[in-house]
Amino acid sequence: MAIVAPPSRFSKYGRPVLAWAVGLLFFFPIFWMILTSFKSDADAVKPEYLFVFQPTLENYLNMTENYDYWRFAKNSVITAVSATIFTLFVGIPCAYAMAFNPSKATKDVLMWMLSTKMLPAAAVLYPMTFLTKSLGLFDTHFLVIMVLSLINLPIVVWMLFTYFKEIPKDIIEAGQMDGVNTWGEFKEILVPLAWGGIVSTALLCFIFCWNEAYWTVRLTTTEAATLSKLIEGNRAPEGLFFGRLSAVSAAAVGPIVVLGWFCQKQLVQGLTFGAVK
Amino acid sequence: MGRIVLDKVSKKFGDVEVIPPLDLTIEDGEFAVFVGPSGCGKSTLLRMIAGLEDLTSGDIEIDGENVTQVPPSKRGLAMVFQSYALYPHMSVRKNIAFPLRMEGMPQAEIDKKVEAAAESLNLNDYLERKPAALSGGQRQRVAIGRAIVRNPSGFLFDEPLSNLDAALRVGMRLEISEMHERMQTTMIYVTHDQVEAMTMADKIVVLRAGVIEQVGSPLDLYRAPRNKFVAGFIGSPKMNFIEGEEAAKHGAHTIGVRPEHIEVSASSGAWKGVVSVSEHLGSDSFFHVHDTGLAETITVRAGGEVGFRHGDTIHLTPRDDVIHKFDSSGLRFE
Ligand SMILES: Nc1ncnc2c1ncn2[C@@H]1O[C@H](COP(=O)(O)OP(=O)(O)OP(=O)(O)O)[C@@H](O)[C@H]1O
Ligand SMILES: [Mg+2]
Repeated sequence: MAIVAPPSRFSKYGRPVLAWAVGLLFFFPIFWMILTSFKSDADAVKPEYLFVFQPTLENYLNMTENYDYWRFAKNSVITAVSATIFTLFVGIPCAYAMAFNPSKATKDVLMWMLSTKMLPAAAVLYPMTFLTKSLGLFDTHFLVIMVLSLINLPIVVWMLFTYFKEIPKDIIEAGQMDGVNTWGEFKEILVPLAWGGIVSTALLCFIFCWNEAYWTVRLTTTEAATLSKLIEGNRAPEGLFFGRLSAVSAAAVGPIVVLGWFCQKQLVQGLTFGAVK
Repeated sequence: MGRIVLDKVSKKFGDVEVIPPLDLTIEDGEFAVFVGPSGCGKSTLLRMIAGLEDLTSGDIEIDGENVTQVPPSKRGLAMVFQSYALYPHMSVRKNIAFPLRMEGMPQAEIDKKVEAAAESLNLNDYLERKPAALSGGQRQRVAIGRAIVRNPSGFLFDEPLSNLDAALRVGMRLEISEMHERMQTTMIYVTHDQVEAMTMADKIVVLRAGVIEQVGSPLDLYRAPRNKFVAGFIGSPKMNFIEGEEAAKHGAHTIGVRPEHIEVSASSGAWKGVVSVSEHLGSDSFFHVHDTGLAETITVRAGGEVGFRHGDTIHLTPRDDVIHKFDSSGLRFE
């Protein structure tokens, strides 16, 4: 019989308190942002209106009427969804090949793919801007989708590779004996077995795409500008428009927070790499 | 149908030659067993026949057709894995039906075949369960079911029983033997359990380091092992090897005497020693005898009623007609 030690005082009271403290710490900026978004720009900077103020929807109405929120939101959806689909479309076969037909170079290829993430983005800012402008791709959906796909591809391949690796080789070989072709192997065995992993990879990729700001801000102006750009555009150095900025930010992160909330189980499972059992 | 011919097949992993060129023929309907110590290349050879592993050189023919370049599914062979390798996301029914569905067989026909296979393997009550909800023995049955529905021209088994407990293993061993009697299909069975090899095989193939040491029926191998390795590998407990003066008396470098070919006595015999360990199984008794001056230990098998204990002096007499003689290179001669 296993002997279970009685829970210590720390694990009984300390842990929940600690967990809540950390949780609130992370949540506080978001709470603050939402709170501020209901203040007028004038109220937002006044300390006496910290918690008690006249709530207003003015910022939100202003946003949809004057700043074309929906266009930015539409661009965010189009680019994030397309980039996620495209990344999976390329990443799944890639991870599949490396997981099931590894060669001596597989480890190096994986490392190399990951190493591209180590390059500071700022280092290629000028070449990128110059190139995209001269190719006529600046401020196009196509460009944003490609950029989002390429910066997320290494992580997506790496994650999928890890999930595929967890599938026992015997099962794949049993499939081969049973007469599946490559497509059948994919559809009947691989995808069902790695489904949890694929979904969480897709979710994470989508979140990264949605939140990406460095390139989307710099490589777009109006046509393909995403919500990141909208926030950026409302940032005034003097800090006079805190209410407006908060509303824009809240409206930009809102959808992704809601999505994350509904998929948290899937995400946690995926990130702890316990999806394939 | 299912005559399998290996013609000078060899396998290298990188620079390591796991299987040097090797010839072997398995006749249609034969039950062939590959035995050998761990790492000798049994699984590799089986996987080469299955098509899961490429050949470095040589050819494989099935029923006269060269299948060296043919993918696994087109070779008409079915395989049962040690790990069962069931599809965890499919019910038992779907698992068994899978190869038929891949063939594009009409659903009605699939159902009929699955039911029949389940019937013969006692799986009817489990058809809707997932593999995770089955015991090891049941999983193995499903794996066998998945292999037989296809009506393959040959079955390949890679240590299918090694994950089962002893009692279940004996039961499944009989079931597989019965299945072979009934279907008369070629079977190749890999094991390192020499009892399985002796009881099931029509033909045993003994491998060492990728080289075939001997091919023959179980009794041939037991009675006339080609060399010391085969002599030591086939038979349980292991054959005793004696060198030196005693061997020279028989004109050999080494002589081999099986434990069951030695008479024991408390009073007189050719050899004398002290019992160090006695194992009483009821039906048999095994004695491990030290201090004989012949070898480190001489193992003897006697009837269950024989009752020597640790420390007893024991006299041993080998049966002259079944002493195996080996020359200095380990080859057996008459
Ligand atoms: N993919 C591989 N790459 C490199 N070496 C391998 C590979 N597969 C097997 N080997 C080597 O080939 C040799 C034979 O392996 P194999 O699995 O065929 O042995 P086996 O006889 O089935 O052993 P066991 O009884 O333990 O299952 C071993 O030395 C093993 O290390
Ligand atoms: Mg093996």
